[in-house]
Amino acid sequence: MAIAGTAAIAAEQGLTAEEYERIRALLGREPSVEELGVFGVMWSEHCSYKSSRLFLRQLPTTGPQVVQGPGENAGAVDVGGGLAAVFKVESHNHPSFVEPFQGAATGVGGILRDVFTMGARPIAILDSIRFGTLDQPRTAYLVKGVVGGIAHYGNCVGVPTVGGELVFDPGYERNIIVNAFTIGLVPADRIVRARAAGPGNPVMYVGSRTGRDGIHGASLLASAALDASAPDKRPAVQVGDPFAEKLLLEACLALLRTDHVVAIQDMGAAGLTSSAIEMAGRGGAGIVLDLDRVPLREEGMTPYEILLSESQERMLLVARAGAEAAVAEIFARWDLEAVVIGQITGDGCFRARWHGNEVCALPVDALTTEAPVYRRPAHEPERLDEMQRLDLATVPIPADLGGTLLTMLESPNLCSREWVYRQYDQFVGGNTVLRPGGDAAVVRIEGTRRALALTLDCNQRYSQLDPYLGAVLSVVEAARNCVAVGARPLAVSDCLNYGNPERPEVMWEFQHGIAGIRDACLALETPVVSGNVSFYNETEGRNIPPTPAIAMVGLLEDLDQLLTPWWKNEGDVIVLLGRTREELGGSEYLAVVHGQVRGTPPWIDLEAERRLHQVVLTAARERLLRSAHDVGAGGLAVALAECAFGGVGLGVRVRLEEDVRVDAFLFGESQSRILVSLRRRHLRRFEEIARREGVPCTVLGEVRGHAIVIGDVINLPVDDLRERWRRALERSLGA
Amino acid sequence: MRWGVVIFPGSNDDRDTLRAIEQVVGDEALPLWHKDRTVHGVDCVVLPGGFSYGDYLRCGAIARFSPVMEAVSAHARAGGLVLGICNGFQILCEAGLLPGALVRNRGLRFLCDIVTVRVETSETPFTYGCKAGELLQLPIKHGEGCWVADDATVAALEAEHRIVLRYTDRLGRATAAANPNGSLANVAGLCNAERNVVGLMPHPEHAVERLTGSEDGLRLFRSARAWLGRAAAGARREPALVPGP
Repeated sequence: MAIAGTAAIAAEQGLTAEEYERIRALLGREPSVEELGVFGVMWSEHCSYKSSRLFLRQLPTTGPQVVQGPGENAGAVDVGGGLAAVFKVESHNHPSFVEPFQGAATGVGGILRDVFTMGARPIAILDSIRFGTLDQPRTAYLVKGVVGGIAHYGNCVGVPTVGGELVFDPGYERNIIVNAFTIGLVPADRIVRARAAGPGNPVMYVGSRTGRDGIHGASLLASAALDASAPDKRPAVQVGDPFAEKLLLEACLALLRTDHVVAIQDMGAAGLTSSAIEMAGRGGAGIVLDLDRVPLREEGMTPYEILLSESQERMLLVARAGAEAAVAEIFARWDLEAVVIGQITGDGCFRARWHGNEVCALPVDALTTEAPVYRRPAHEPERLDEMQRLDLATVPIPADLGGTLLTMLESPNLCSREWVYRQYDQFVGGNTVLRPGGDAAVVRIEGTRRALALTLDCNQRYSQLDPYLGAVLSVVEAARNCVAVGARPLAVSDCLNYGNPERPEVMWEFQHGIAGIRDACLALETPVVSGNVSFYNETEGRNIPPTPAIAMVGLLEDLDQLLTPWWKNEGDVIVLLGRTREELGGSEYLAVVHGQVRGTPPWIDLEAERRLHQVVLTAARERLLRSAHDVGAGGLAVALAECAFGGVGLGVRVRLEEDVRVDAFLFGESQSRILVSLRRRHLRRFEEIARREGVPCTVLGEVRGHAIVIGDVINLPVDDLRERWRRALERSLGA
Repeated sequence: MRWGVVIFPGSNDDRDTLRAIEQVVGDEALPLWHKDRTVHGVDCVVLPGGFSYGDYLRCGAIARFSPVMEAVSAHARAGGLVLGICNGFQILCEAGLLPGALVRNRGLRFLCDIVTVRVETSETPFTYGCKAGELLQLPIKHGEGCWVADDATVAALEAEHRIVLRYTDRLGRATAAANPNGSLANVAGLCNAERNVVGLMPHPEHAVERLTGSEDGLRLFRSARAWLGRAAAGARREPALVPGP
């Protein structure tokens, strides 16, 4: 007979007194300790989305390209030729702060499993990682640990890491961000879902054995704020084994090519418990597990520990009755175990037995659809009005604008990321067409002339100043980065990193962030097909800036239309699409040069953005362009320099526009701008396309020589600029 | 010609190698399983890149004991061609089929980049179609690519022209700055005394299309067919040179 739980035990599982009462009412009895553990994880913020669920419903999730929307292990879109691209982004923030190497490594491992569990072979990884400023003593350690962990796992599993972002901001000093994204390919009619069905079908456990690691990772580490005792939570961080993952990947893909499997799910957060219950919930089935049949790494584990362990590299699957031996044989080829530990039932209950005794008997609905949903109080942060005020008259224009450009190019958020991505295998798979350093990564769809453009973007500074606009601009930037390589934006996976939702200001930021993603995704027709909410990014009362990371997947119909940012030929005309306004609010320039984070983010007209995309994609189709580059953080001067840093190192000679302040022209971050170069003889046709779409089109100058020459204010040799831009990060890290 | 690509648990570049040989080079290639005790009569065995057996203990240290390695050794002793790429090179060193050892990069970090290498000899199956002194652009991606050996071994390799590729700058100078991992004598690849077993740290299988960065790797795969052709032609010619009774 199981020991009866108490309110105190419930609190240890992260359940509130009200939630405990709700459980008693739902069951009509006292839950056992094991049952409370199960409720604790299933009703945790991380698993139940109880504070976000109401708002997530606003996001657009449908469209002709959508094969699978939110609710499965990952989303999927049609990429032509009968293939679906399966992708998702997920956070691993708290574990990575507590133990950077293993935290980041297992973050990559988890997102890989979400993709290959659907039958898709992973073809690329991207990561968005954010840290406090480099003057903090722990930052370099955290950066090296996280980058090393990502490299260790991705390289060993054999999936290329092709892009992402690295950002430094004081807002992440005590709570770093590690978001990992994976995309894979599968024939659209072979996607495997996680819906348990068929009473009598066996439930099989495959992969690594279960140990005592990661217990309470989902409930206590991911669903609560961090405090000074963060290092003590190290035992809640799992330890990754990428070699085991590689075997599991190959075995699962081999298995999923057969018809032996009804449903399969990664044992991720909340391990065996959540994978069993979520599969049962989606399929409207019941499930019974014999915990004493679970392969264990150590003796003496209790049923409670077995249920809640987050040991890595494990999967739970529902096989067709009679296929058990065939499944086991496929896994044996890779020296992996596959054992039957339970079966599907028709009673709608999650039952767990331990040496014949039932330790859990819970209605699946009570754990899933009956989980609490909160509309938490929300109100606008008081500081916002004040922060949005910016009087440009108080911002002096630097006397040495060339020196300012150099300072910008060496600043931690704008300098080259080469030190990071040289640690990642970018080549494995043999389909990486555009490696890190372009606007988006480009990976060919094997055996075709089509390719996927992949990008992961967020502007936390804009979000801090205006959570709605910040989210809109994050989506828009991700889409524009796809367009800049010649790809049509298809769909989004979002990773919503916010602070403590029990604080009304955070809830307000979150609600406005969702509204921003909704509006931008509707306007650009890029539905959200998967994602993840990470709340409680709070340490010692301090919350992170709103950080809605947007992973955008674009489709390049023909690799002949591929665009890269780099200047190609002396004499090519340089044209700026879009309008430069006198906007410096929230810019990198204002932060780096003037030490200020204030003002309103740049203005955006989503319809104008769409038309800009149309112009670039039409010109790419007509092969009019030699290069294209998004004008983003750092503004036009930084963009002009970045285009000179790849290829043969050609310079530019461009004129100054006089209708805005010179620093706004050089470093302002007005939206909906793309910088292109083209042969002079294509200029008239290009201008005609821009005029038809009503997109401003300005000839700035031409590709010439080996120096960046802007009006009479900047004249710097490319070689020198590039060396300093390349070396800056390594130097700041003391690496 | 027929190639076989060994799949160890943890091999990562096996699929890319098979595809490069079959679809780009146009030769026949078959996967060889690590539990096989034969190489199925192929002309050339490739040990591909990756992290065989997780590279636990030491890179390549466990793979050398896998059942297929006995067959690979026998194939090599019989004069068959063997190409080890990256982890494959590490396995060949561990198995004693190539001299020296590959240890942690000088910079202590995994390193992925496209580098320039200089062909040092065309007298191997995989550089037969190149000229000595020619420069190739090839990707590297490894954490343990620093080749080390004692002085006598290095001297012998130099004397016998067994260093196959060397890291250089873009002008072909084997400088310390152009050495990405601290390898002795800038060694990027070498061969055994019989010249039929070659180990390379760079990845020719990732350099078979201009679209994905370089097609210089094709030269190495295509050389093998020419090498075998020469051997075969040599074999046919020889009797004609023998004076009649």
